[in-house]
Amino acid sequence: MTNDPLVIAGRTFSSRLLLGTGKFPSAQALREAIEASGAEIVTVALRRVDLSKPDDEGILSAVDPQKQLILPNTSGARTADEAVRLARLAHAAGLEPWVKLELTPEPRYLLPDPIETLRAAEVLVKEGFVVLPYIQADPVLAKRLEEVGTATVMPLGAPIGSNRGLKTRDLIRIIIEQANVPVVVDAGLGAPSHAAEAMELGADAVLVNTAVSDAVDPAAMGRAFALATEAGRLAYRAGLGPVRDTAEASSPLTGFLDA
Amino acid sequence: MEFIDELNQWPKERVQALLDEVTLEDVERALHSEQSSPRDLAALLSPCARDRLEAMARKGRRLTRWHFGRTIALYAPIYLSNVCGSDCTYCGFAARSGSKLKRLTLSHDDIRRECEALSKRGFEAVLLLTGDAPRVAPVSFIAEAVGIAREYFASVSVEVYAMDQADYGVLCDAGLEGVTLYMETYDRETYAKVHLAGKKMDFGYRLDALERAGKAGARRLNLGALLGLFDWRLDGFWMGLHARHMQHTCWQSAIALSFPRLHHTPDRFKAPCLLTDAELVQLMLAMRLFLPEVGFSMSTRETPALRDHLIPLGVTHMSAGSSTRPGGYATSGDETLEQFAIEDHRTPEVVVEAIRRAGYDPVWKDFDHAFTGGAVIGRNVSRR
Repeated sequence: MTNDPLVIAGRTFSSRLLLGTGKFPSAQALREAIEASGAEIVTVALRRVDLSKPDDEGILSAVDPQKQLILPNTSGARTADEAVRLARLAHAAGLEPWVKLELTPEPRYLLPDPIETLRAAEVLVKEGFVVLPYIQADPVLAKRLEEVGTATVMPLGAPIGSNRGLKTRDLIRIIIEQANVPVVVDAGLGAPSHAAEAMELGADAVLVNTAVSDAVDPAAMGRAFALATEAGRLAYRAGLGPVRDTAEASSPLTGFLDA
Repeated sequence: MEFIDELNQWPKERVQALLDEVTLEDVERALHSEQSSPRDLAALLSPCARDRLEAMARKGRRLTRWHFGRTIALYAPIYLSNVCGSDCTYCGFAARSGSKLKRLTLSHDDIRRECEALSKRGFEAVLLLTGDAPRVAPVSFIAEAVGIAREYFASVSVEVYAMDQADYGVLCDAGLEGVTLYMETYDRETYAKVHLAGKKMDFGYRLDALERAGKAGARRLNLGALLGLFDWRLDGFWMGLHARHMQHTCWQSAIALSFPRLHHTPDRFKAPCLLTDAELVQLMLAMRLFLPEVGFSMSTRETPALRDHLIPLGVTHMSAGSSTRPGGYATSGDETLEQFAIEDHRTPEVVVEAIRRAGYDPVWKDFDHAFTGGAVIGRNVSRR
């Protein structure tokens, strides 16, 4: 895969699997999952960490900044103002100016607010942030964000933590077809086969969290997702054959033209 | 629809009839339904469901992990005052509880000392409490306390008397995250029997209080019934409906539930309907299956052994090392009146170890000042 890197905002990554860091049973389990998954971008909820304190047993202690880019996310924010404040604080505390916008005003399904997300993206892009917005699988919104200058779009496959797979497949296909920025399928991928499916469809990367953190063996599941992501990418590049409902007719209907 | 109208549609006779009708088949259906109806809730609360408790526990654990992961958030209460103008027959703070112990309202300096002591123990989330005494502990006093606590902690919530929406707004402006307020019981008759003085006698005003808090901007709304006052199956049913109603009306707030059992009461009151451990577990699991994305808070009212067993059964938030008297962490001793005796006396470190042993990650910080108006300048952080 070395000839096929993922490029986001001019930065190159050899892994196309991004990992979320919430919900793990311990920092040790998280550390092992990051290692086994080979993820080079790990996203960290800013509300869960205190960047002003040394972290010897929390989430940040599991990340190796030499090997992984810490992508701070704004989960818990309900408005653009809150997300913008969080992003600025994270950057001021020493993190790189990258931010995953998660604007989820309702706590039950954690679905993203398109209006606040667009507003926050406008502000943060102008301030020089590399913005990766978590969005509904909405092709028009994806184009609007791209025009604002976001570095990716991150449409959801299904609600966060639901493990339901690529429920938004048809819309994600349109987003991929129209995108000029990398498309990262985020949320809802509950099994490695879901990740492979998204990659086969032409997604540039996938982000998983719950499926790995909730596995009996998170490290092994991290590795399984890495393999599936790579397999899906290879299949996409190799050119998948079309799916047919019926066998190909042996007597072509237009055969007479050659007669 | 107002919640009172919804509650009125479910008088106790109707709920009781529903509970009586439940068959094992209904319990099975409730166990497997994806969107639970009130009828499913009744099935899970019924005596019939007792036989399917293990299946409920397995599903409950799975749902909790989906929504919250294997994490338990930690918090501690800070009692600001034990002065109270209400007369709730079951409560140690009640004016007529018969206690001669010291009544006390903390000064700003006292509050700082409590915050300092808890911050040193690692806490990032606190719950500020007062009695029902708006004259001694007015909204302005509580707002100041929220402001002080915010200098030390990422998240500040309150458990105080019911107030108007504008007053909740004042607290939110001061940096409040959440409001905890128990209805105590949803049965009007029982409610009237145990609340003998003060504004708390107004059932309707209390019933709507959390909704007012949500509309004022509180992001976490924690409801509960005081278990032991009335039949838990009925109160559980109404509490479930209340929580679901809150999810619809305050859709931007996280709804949470507590399950406080009335183990300790003043001499004049004996809880008529105490729950066994098995009944408490059934209630929690019925709530978890009915409301998969709702947080559960577990206080130190319960014993260490039970608390540890409850960790995988839906609990998402636990208090630890708690004191229920004002000044209890830094200045006050036994001479100061406490609200109730706690059962789990372990230090936060020991509770954290128990959480880890259960295979869960203890979470100290799960909120940020950026959500309530930016960073606090000169934050008083006492390092662990």
